[in-house]
Amino acid sequence: MGSLMFSLMLFGLRLLIWMQTMRYQAFRDRLKEKNFTAQMKTKDNSVGRWFKFQDGKVTSGSGIKSDADITLTFKTSEIAVRLLMPPIDQLEQINAMKDFLLSLEGPDELTSWFTQTVMMTQTVGWKYGVDMGGGVTRFANMTNGGPVFLYVKDNKLIRITPIDFDENDPEPWTIEARGKTFKPPRKTTLAPHGMNWKSMLNSPDRLLYPMKRVDFDPNGERNPQNRGISGYERISWDEALDMVAGEIKRIKKEHGPGAIANSHGSHHTWGNVGYYLSADFKFINAVGMTRVLHNPDSWEGWYWGASHHWGGSLRVGQTETYGTVEDLLKEAEMVVFWSSNPEGTSGAYGSLEGTVRRKWLKELDIDIVHIDPYYNDSAQFLGGKWLAPKPASSPALAMAIANVWIEEDLYDKDYVRDRTTGFDKWHDYIMGKEDGIAKTPEWAEPETDLKAKEIRALARKWGNRKVYLAAGGWGNGHGGACRNQTGIQWSRSLVCLMAMQGLGKPGVNMGNLQWGTPVDTNFYFPGYAEGGMSGDLHHTAMSVELYQRMPQLPSMNTVEQAIPRLWLPEAIIDGKAEGYAWDGKSIEAQFNKISYPKPGYSPVKMLYKIGGSLISTMADSNRHVKMYQSENLEFCVSQAIWHEGESKFADIILPACTNFERPDISEWAALGGYAFHGQTQLNSRVAIFQHQAIQPMGESKSDYVIFSEICERLGLSAYFTEGISELDWAKRMFDGSDLPQIISWKDFIRKGYVVIPPEQPELRDPVSWNWYYEDRKKDVPEPMPLPSDYKDEYLKGIQTQSGKIEFEASSLKRFDANDPERPPVVKYNNPYGGAEAEKYPLRMITPHPRFSFHTQGDAKDSFVNNIKDHRVEVDGYYYWIIRINAEDAAERGIKMHDLVKVHNDQGAVVCAALVTQRLPRGATHGYESCAIYEPLGEPGNSVDRGGILNLLTPKKSQIKKGHSMGNSTALVEIELWDGKAEHDVTSSIAAPEKEPVPAE
Amino acid sequence: MSKWNLIIDLENCTNCNMCVLACQDEHVDNTFPGYAEEMPKHGSRWIEIMRKERGQAPMIDVAYLPVMCQHCDDAPCIKAAENDAISKRDDGIVIIDPVKAKGQKQLVESCPYGAIWWNDDLQLPQHWIFDAHLLDDGWKQPRAASVCATEAIFAKKVDDAEMAKIAEAEGLEVLSPEHGTKPRVYYKNLYRYNKCFIGGSVAAENNGTADCVKDASVKLLKGSDVIAEATTDVFGDFKFDRLDENSGGYKVEITADGFGPKSVDVELGESVTLGDIYL
Repeated sequence: MGSLMFSLMLFGLRLLIWMQTMRYQAFRDRLKEKNFTAQMKTKDNSVGRWFKFQDGKVTSGSGIKSDADITLTFKTSEIAVRLLMPPIDQLEQINAMKDFLLSLEGPDELTSWFTQTVMMTQTVGWKYGVDMGGGVTRFANMTNGGPVFLYVKDNKLIRITPIDFDENDPEPWTIEARGKTFKPPRKTTLAPHGMNWKSMLNSPDRLLYPMKRVDFDPNGERNPQNRGISGYERISWDEALDMVAGEIKRIKKEHGPGAIANSHGSHHTWGNVGYYLSADFKFINAVGMTRVLHNPDSWEGWYWGASHHWGGSLRVGQTETYGTVEDLLKEAEMVVFWSSNPEGTSGAYGSLEGTVRRKWLKELDIDIVHIDPYYNDSAQFLGGKWLAPKPASSPALAMAIANVWIEEDLYDKDYVRDRTTGFDKWHDYIMGKEDGIAKTPEWAEPETDLKAKEIRALARKWGNRKVYLAAGGWGNGHGGACRNQTGIQWSRSLVCLMAMQGLGKPGVNMGNLQWGTPVDTNFYFPGYAEGGMSGDLHHTAMSVELYQRMPQLPSMNTVEQAIPRLWLPEAIIDGKAEGYAWDGKSIEAQFNKISYPKPGYSPVKMLYKIGGSLISTMADSNRHVKMYQSENLEFCVSQAIWHEGESKFADIILPACTNFERPDISEWAALGGYAFHGQTQLNSRVAIFQHQAIQPMGESKSDYVIFSEICERLGLSAYFTEGISELDWAKRMFDGSDLPQIISWKDFIRKGYVVIPPEQPELRDPVSWNWYYEDRKKDVPEPMPLPSDYKDEYLKGIQTQSGKIEFEASSLKRFDANDPERPPVVKYNNPYGGAEAEKYPLRMITPHPRFSFHTQGDAKDSFVNNIKDHRVEVDGYYYWIIRINAEDAAERGIKMHDLVKVHNDQGAVVCAALVTQRLPRGATHGYESCAIYEPLGEPGNSVDRGGILNLLTPKKSQIKKGHSMGNSTALVEIELWDGKAEHDVTSSIAAPEKEPVPAE
Repeated sequence: MSKWNLIIDLENCTNCNMCVLACQDEHVDNTFPGYAEEMPKHGSRWIEIMRKERGQAPMIDVAYLPVMCQHCDDAPCIKAAENDAISKRDDGIVIIDPVKAKGQKQLVESCPYGAIWWNDDLQLPQHWIFDAHLLDDGWKQPRAASVCATEAIFAKKVDDAEMAKIAEAEGLEVLSPEHGTKPRVYYKNLYRYNKCFIGGSVAAENNGTADCVKDASVKLLKGSDVIAEATTDVFGDFKFDRLDENSGGYKVEITADGFGPKSVDVELGESVTLGDIYL
């Protein structure tokens, strides 16, 4: 019976191929790609059918062909029928692979083509997009700046718009507060860098074909010293991929495991299948690579500091985010924005969704205070009182506030007694009983440049009032001052302040209306940190839910060696580096020291680089130039969309396409993992089928396809792809999510988006920390901390040893009670001073940029370069902006838009000056992470005019026993630029000799 | 007859530049025959955002003013155009004909708002067309408005009498009315761009400790007339806004319980932050 059934199914497949050939040009085109014979059969050869593909024609017959090029074998007919009978059960398929019930033999390029062609018989007829008339189709996609409609005609992108909901989409939620009704609009918003995408897509800096550095010869002279100097020549994909695959094999065999490192940025173009945590992680695990281990980059102070006081390690030291929009609007009397500029940072992925809610803040006349050296975009929008502390001095301000509260009895003593521990130690430090120095407003005045009277006025206004503290762009931490050298102290101090005011009391919480909307958090769609198709259960959040919902092959990296990212250049050049792991599973996991090289592994000889942003986002980044020019790196490959940043240091460049040129699936602001329920930033949850709106430009290919084609050359393609395309993965993810409950696949891929209905008012999430305030079991919908981390009963108390907020951190006492950089009670210690401060008197802050998403959007001849607050054109070149106080500028003879040299011992950057009153004297401001590095002379040792201010920032980890960047404040001097390219760079890393070779 | 108007509220403009970017997205690389030729990728600012900082750190105000073609009812550009190259549509929108206007560089100078831009490649004067091509196609708002998260920019299609009522009720103004061109673009809270303020912080010392003085009464005098009054907040701050630039001498008088009166003379050019005033 099974044999008959299997024979019939194989015949059915033959019919299906024939039918789809008749119906679809795309399928006919596909069939022209290869000439070979495939066969499907049972192991005992009792049933079989062959398919011969020849010049676009398919012939087929039953029986066994001994000379077939590829063979798909099922153990028995019964198994074949079970696996192939619709509806296909994905788990059964995966289990069959794991149990060796089927096998695939033959060259990878043919097996992978055959399985994907079989899949294509199912997908080729799918219809995408909405016909708008006049030959225009409206597709949907997702950018880091929000969801978009793409209007396309004749394979050309005409326009990008945010999404206006149609009459069938659900109504958003409503909040009643203080007699007013608040309801967000029926549309999505978009961040500026999302609106910029058409120019990014069509950028003249797009990489359109594979390239090789002209003086790189894998079989001869490699000339690593000329990386960043020599030009490139075009090569074919086959040449490029053969070379990359060949080098992978050679390096593994010559040097052993660990010799290949993979380094990606912190972000990617959007899409759960193509994301680095998905496709690249599977690739890393398939090949076996040394991972470049990320520091918790936007969370630094919270992870290394705050988590010891209030837990939250799985949120990287930040806190619960539920229900705070409604609570703030109903209860709060004041919001303190402390290094918090949500209008400038768009909640990272939150578009301008929070902006309309903060407009309500104005309507309700809730008092607002901004603490930031820069009169930031949110201060500009919201108004209120601006306090401008000297950059990196905020911990002193926090301590002075605590001093006033204690002195004047303005804190919640019951809460401190019942819900916290260690207050007496904090009290003694603040009041000077410990070190003889009372941390009074007068003490803080010279540290912060704030007047003592203002600090006192703020403390009095805050104390015993219902106040929301907004720390960082998200309001619960994230970005801002946690990234400078006192960031850990700042984050820790803020937790102590909130503990004194009764965190979790109605109206007393963390937030700025950026997170915590009443969307339905119980509706499941995976975030990107859940790892997509990576199968990686170790380095992604996949094991929590996605692995079960979207069964797939697990993958594991056999190379356990890792390089702490902050020390990547030192690891390559000096051959050693040490750091600490970012691992959120417990508070104590951050005490795991990692050393490179790991015993028994090879040092890194090859770097596989995804994107090229580190040179502008990492501190003291001239180090990266030296790293690339080191002969320790035998081979560097760059897989990138644009020719900028580090792609200009590669030996081989593989051109990746954007997410508008490949299919994918995703949800807006769905991060998952460390930023669980990021969708509470939104007014409406929106899931997107990311249409392939246009064909890949030039010869560019999606990351998934590039990885697949390298894997084909390593015999790994079936393992990497599971025999399917990225489109098929998108369908699998749809099926694994809750989306089928509200929309059919057919409608979803046609319309491109679906709005997930909001939560009913009576079922909304409870307010963060309120359970803690009321000493109840934890009731917010987050699966953290892990069960074994509860000290009392499950769900009672928080992750700390006492289960309470600890002014004196038990975890730090256990780890190193005498660490002067991170003592159990937070202490003030500001490293921005001394002789260096006399030489370089300006404190430069480098917050996240507003108009680009890190490097995405900047330069590339894109639209945002025209924005007066992003770059300024002087003599035909668009210069990065440095903001400087008007009096400081006048003293230096600097006028508006003069070209100036921002410099210190590490390097020099030419910027256009923006003379302003939005900074106090002594402070200067320029965004971190521009896209381009343009040294005017010798790379690594001359003036840069691209605008990389991170050339000047301190590389020192905030604490030695951590892996914590502290580069958002640096000491610099600014002077009118003399037009010279030379600048003496003091570096511990020597530059090798160079002989430039011109580009062809 | 209902006509298009644009209302821009400075209070809600955050300088996000979405309107600017949407305009580039719509017009760079796109030609809309009869409406507009493509916009140059750089150098043209059909929508331009002007920045105004007022006062001195740490008491300042920053406002942004989006400026574009004002679609004037008495448009000087129409008069300056040869060959009827510029026309006024029945719905109030002004359109520079991309064919007839070719070579007419004088039109750039004719606009008192600087809102006509010269496209050197095409030898064409160009402007923000209110996205007339989209409105004609059934769109409800021009793109600059539909991408604005705060509704700082909003288009309204009403008859002129109704618009006059709205302008009156909401305190809308036109930009530089002295040009007399009857713009169809209206601004709200324009004072944040074209007026100025006098502000300061009141403090006092008690036993060697300085403190902010809350609830001090502050009067602003022009000559002997009290023209405004304020009360200090917890930071001792006060601010008198909507004053004319270069409007001459003022006196600020401060009284507070337990302190003698204090006064400060101000010669007002642009906005001034007086800093700390100790009683």
